[in-house]
Amino acid sequence: MNFKQFALGTAVAVALGSSGFVQQAAAEDSNYIPLLTYRTGPYAGSGIPIANGMSDYFAMLNERDGGIGGVKLNVEECETGYNAQKGVECYEATKGKGALVYNPYSTGITLQLIPKASVDKIPVLSMGYGLSAAADGNVFPWIFNAPDTYWDGASVVIKYIAHQEGGLDKLKGKKIGYLFLDAGYGREPIPLLEDLAKKYGFELLQYPVPGKEMQNQSSQWLNVRRDRPDYMVMWGWGAMNPTAVKEAVKTRFPMDRFIGVWWSAGDDDAAAGGAGAKGYKAMNFSGVGTEYPAIQDIVKYVIDAGKSETDKAMVGSTLYNRGVLNAMMVAEAIRTAQEKTGKKVLTGEDMRIGLESLDLTAERLKEIGLDGFAHPMKITCEDHAGSEPVFIQQWDGAKWNKITDWFEPMTDVVRPLLEAAAKDYAEKNAPWPARTEPCPN
Amino acid sequence: MFYREAGQFKTSYEADQSLFPIRQDRIGIAVLLLIAFVLIPLTANDFFLTSIMIPFLVFSLAAIGLNVLTGFAGQLSLGSGAFMGVGAYAAYKLTSIFPDVNVIFLVLVSGFFSAAIGAVFGLPSLRIKGLYLAVTTLAAQFFLEWCFIRIPWLYNYNASGAIEIPKRDMFGITVSGAEATPLARYFVVLAITVVIALLVANVLRGRIGRSWMMIRDMDIAAELMGIRPLQTKLLAFGVSSYICGVAGAMMVFFWLNAAEPSSYSITLSFQILFMVILGGLGSLGGSFMGAAFIWILPVFLKFIPGTLGIDIPAETVEHLTFMIVGALIIFFLIVEPHGFARLWQIGKQKLRVWPFPY
Repeated sequence: MNFKQFALGTAVAVALGSSGFVQQAAAEDSNYIPLLTYRTGPYAGSGIPIANGMSDYFAMLNERDGGIGGVKLNVEECETGYNAQKGVECYEATKGKGALVYNPYSTGITLQLIPKASVDKIPVLSMGYGLSAAADGNVFPWIFNAPDTYWDGASVVIKYIAHQEGGLDKLKGKKIGYLFLDAGYGREPIPLLEDLAKKYGFELLQYPVPGKEMQNQSSQWLNVRRDRPDYMVMWGWGAMNPTAVKEAVKTRFPMDRFIGVWWSAGDDDAAAGGAGAKGYKAMNFSGVGTEYPAIQDIVKYVIDAGKSETDKAMVGSTLYNRGVLNAMMVAEAIRTAQEKTGKKVLTGEDMRIGLESLDLTAERLKEIGLDGFAHPMKITCEDHAGSEPVFIQQWDGAKWNKITDWFEPMTDVVRPLLEAAAKDYAEKNAPWPARTEPCPN
Repeated sequence: MFYREAGQFKTSYEADQSLFPIRQDRIGIAVLLLIAFVLIPLTANDFFLTSIMIPFLVFSLAAIGLNVLTGFAGQLSLGSGAFMGVGAYAAYKLTSIFPDVNVIFLVLVSGFFSAAIGAVFGLPSLRIKGLYLAVTTLAAQFFLEWCFIRIPWLYNYNASGAIEIPKRDMFGITVSGAEATPLARYFVVLAITVVIALLVANVLRGRIGRSWMMIRDMDIAAELMGIRPLQTKLLAFGVSSYICGVAGAMMVFFWLNAAEPSSYSITLSFQILFMVILGGLGSLGGSFMGAAFIWILPVFLKFIPGTLGIDIPAETVEHLTFMIVGALIIFFLIVEPHGFARLWQIGKQKLRVWPFPY
């Protein structure tokens, strides 16, 4: 190759690249929400519906109401691929533009952002994932994990199993298998499950699934076949979920005794098992289906108007609606923050106040067209999780159906453990900054 | 014309043997150091420091580490990611046990743990070579990764299984943890990288480096000339793992702040290997160029559509980046299989004879 051409080409490429480096200034009259999404990589199967649900809800608010409180929302996606390094890169790239809140959708990225949140004064809303201990608002004023922590979820599963068996005392001698993604995410609930196992006398069998082998779980399920647990509980994500459901069908595990966490409740996850997956259960805290006025508005203003990349069939699926719930919580926190601070264009600090004062009552949910979509939730300064009730849904071969009423988590067991864990975290990361933010309520 | 060393006479052996015998090289290095130590800290924003320069320097150092082993001593290794992990976990344990000791000292010490483990996994290199050796280092990668997940003592029994870096001060300045300013972290990373790179450059042109290259070029001949393969190969493994370990510790202490075992997975090993191959096997400058290509270019590419005002969804940008970088890797390896270091050499030669090429 001609050297001159080559050198010229390189120079042009470098110049182009560096010119791209000038950061676009944040528009003054909008509230900026960066979305760390993953539509690529092994977790894209779970990441796409969530990303769609979130951006569609924000787009709907912009189209229908012109934003929140008359201020448009400026939503920008940044692709993380569920990779913690890229997540941090996205965070650094967007935090300077006046980011209000981060929704990392990855326990790994959440862990990276937790210490940064108080320094950069941008709250993190890890809705139903992340560090369970972050529910202690006195230690983690900038982290929110409403409506439930993993420990709440784990306690609900045990409670539900006890309910099936006819009481907590019937758990004695039972074998409960725990199939989990061997990463921070899947390991989070183990301390609580072990605690409950001791308390109620059941045996906890652990089946870790390494991240890179989540599509090959034959060895784990061979062990399941050998151990014959009475129930299986799954903490899976991405490609792990459909694989586990398929393997469960193959091993002829009774599907109505196989219960997934809310992140294993995707439509594609259950559908992968075919007809055999009928009966598979999962926890959930967001409504399924499209019979909510707000979701109808999304269809009307965004999807039918061609302003979204969402496939219409995806609307109403569990994970899509989960994304809608997350976006709705962010939107409601913005509205609360606007009321509390009197400002229209917010900062991360205002947003923290909004999140900490978030009180989603049943009336409010009805007002925004999501009546019965989620349990009313309230965040306080002490309790950033809320530990709201969760319901169980069951797959009937074609769609999810809610089969139980709302189950309260065992807050009496979970809360002391949460506080102990928060203290432990602060000690291990000493000197951990003490809370200086005043309580807005 | 630009790169002609005619007229630069050396009057002593010292001058003749110096690290940069040509004046233009000395000026070039001085300019680069000036940019790195003065210009970038004065002008760069936080994003440029934390997401581009710090990772770039960390990866450069890791690539130097692997280059010592693969490029200079000729031992193919796929375990560099795990050796980086050893450094990171060692430094983390050290700072939890000795919270008052200077964190930079601990980072430098953690490399010795990595070096010891690297030397142990280097033992098979006496019997097997090439791809077969790569497979045994692959075993090291998987075994160590398993340790990071399965030995809770390594991560202080954290429920999350991740290591989180506490705040550490040095001379009144916070250098690690979330409160550390990007600038402080950048200076620490830059200083460690520059010092180790200079040390390695000197080791490589001395007796030890030459014995590594003899082993690489023909081990039987080297043995006949009195080089002991056992010590030489194990030393190469040790030094390489030491550098990788320090890079790994810097990665979590001064860049990421928290790391899961998956941060040190096989993907990282391959990333480092690609940097070395693209940059040029057996070249220190190439390690920097390779790291820049693999790490900085994708970040730049991501910004191009936004700047040009083209509205492309984030995931499409990601796919495009993958494709462009992949295509460029193939393109560069076809144009110059010996990597950027060789391209730079050719460029220097062209500059020397310009404007009258012969």
